[in-house]
Amino acid sequence: MPEAAIATAQAAPLNISLRRRVMDQVMTGVAVLTVILVLAPLVAIFGYLVYKGVGSINWAFLTQTPKPEGEPGGGMANAIVGSGLILGVASLIGVPLGIGAGIYLAEYGRNRFGQVVRFTADVLNGVPSIVIGIVAWSILVRGHGFSAWAGGVALAIMMVPTISRTTEEMLLLVPQALREAAYGLGIPRWRTTLSITLRTATSGVITGVMLAFARVAGETAPLLFTALGNEYWSLHLNQPTAALPLQIYRYATSAYDDQHQQAWAGALVLILLIVSSVAAVRYAVRRGTFGTT
Amino acid sequence: MALCGVAILGILGLIVYELITHSSLSWHAFGFKFFTRSDWDPVNESFGALPFIYGTLVSSLVALIIAVPLSVGVAVFTTEMCPKVFRGPLSFFVELLAAIPSVIYGLWAIFVLVPILSKYVGPALQKSLGWSGLFEGPIYGYSMLAAGIILAIMVIPIVSSITREVLMVVPQHQREGVLALGATRWEMIRVGVLRNARAGIVGGIILGLGRALGETMAVTMVIGNNPLIAKSLFAPGYTMASVLANEFSEATGDTYLSALVEIGLALFVVTIIVNALAQLLVWTVTRGQPARGNA
Repeated sequence: MPEAAIATAQAAPLNISLRRRVMDQVMTGVAVLTVILVLAPLVAIFGYLVYKGVGSINWAFLTQTPKPEGEPGGGMANAIVGSGLILGVASLIGVPLGIGAGIYLAEYGRNRFGQVVRFTADVLNGVPSIVIGIVAWSILVRGHGFSAWAGGVALAIMMVPTISRTTEEMLLLVPQALREAAYGLGIPRWRTTLSITLRTATSGVITGVMLAFARVAGETAPLLFTALGNEYWSLHLNQPTAALPLQIYRYATSAYDDQHQQAWAGALVLILLIVSSVAAVRYAVRRGTFGTT
Repeated sequence: MALCGVAILGILGLIVYELITHSSLSWHAFGFKFFTRSDWDPVNESFGALPFIYGTLVSSLVALIIAVPLSVGVAVFTTEMCPKVFRGPLSFFVELLAAIPSVIYGLWAIFVLVPILSKYVGPALQKSLGWSGLFEGPIYGYSMLAAGIILAIMVIPIVSSITREVLMVVPQHQREGVLALGATRWEMIRVGVLRNARAGIVGGIILGLGRALGETMAVTMVIGNNPLIAKSLFAPGYTMASVLANEFSEATGDTYLSALVEIGLALFVVTIIVNALAQLLVWTVTRGQPARGNA
């Protein structure tokens, strides 16, 4: 008995430390496992997207309009152009508004009202996109009909908070001494803001704009009852307009295999569009900043 | 410039105004019972939103149950375990998940996730956990479970990036102190890091919840769109966002439209509360630290 007791007493600390070390190893393993589990869907989605998409993209897809249901062939050219149209409207409205608000917050917003605007922008950022779709519908579609305008406005509303908050952050990074130097030269405040502060922060501001653009480029929900979609060419801003995400949604949920193929092709085009636009701007901006500093 | 600031307030005001005015008809017709009744009958103009509220809550809950451990695990791995070289790329890849449009998640889920669920995962779950009642009935694939899984994948980048941020502001001397007491790395993470970052992690989780509640397209594509209140996760469901997506443009009759707008209003209010709460929590953690700051 005493021998056994001594043995356990000696073994106990060893056991505890062994248990602790094993626990450490196990938890490390668990952490690695979570990384694998999180990256698996990423690989699966991109892999499947490229595999299915590349096989389905062809010249007709990029140049033709959709064929009637059940008939093979046709493409999404009108949806690609329509998306461009809607995103153009959204950027024209959302970018100046967002940057303006960002400038206001950074340069003039150190007060109660600035706090309110800042909080409102954060709230707006969390509003579900479908709710924004409803509001755009009730203002612009009700009584007027579906249009590219309405879709563009809905997306613009989604762009504003992202752009304004990143613009503010970027402007605040500009050293105060730079502003003071400009004031010292007798340059008025508004001129300093535009030509000195904003200019210095350009690359960061553009990155924010691109993030907002990438986010709304794939949005479907706010377009469902604003732009609606269109089977034919339409370049009029006050007509129902096709959009790439809408077309992907319609085709993904359709019963025809040919349309499923096209949905994959559309998805690949959409993701390439998003990734390449972001990458292009990032590249340009990076070169720009190296040039100036 | 101040005008642009005012415009932001204006936009929010407009959203609130439009939602309230257009839902007043339904509010007057059904009152608060709108949220507790479970019939949804456009033909007889009788509307209750309970199945949609249920679907939204359950799908988001399933998403969080799956996403939270994974996101925290990834965040812990990136900040505490992984070699410095891989930190950047790893967080980049995880955040890449956030760049994929919702409709593409839906597309992938329809053609890959749903078949896998109905063929392999479903039967396995039924066999092992069937007793719980959560995995009963026929397995269609288009189900609450599918919606929860796809939502989880979409929520992971949000929760994990916030968690990572929060973990990074835990002061280094906390880690050193615990290590000096002879703790193993895991004990250091548990006692020195995670315990300090609790509030911020909860904030990240709530932010993820806000995203999950309002998510529309991917869920609409896989949840089955059937206003059922079923215990089984294999049963189809319907969420607030997806009933809007499906029925809004085809709704005829003022009461029907108004009922849908009221669902939108409810969704708006809930997501705002959830987001404000999350912002507050994250803010107290990341700004409350005296050690940080470049002032």
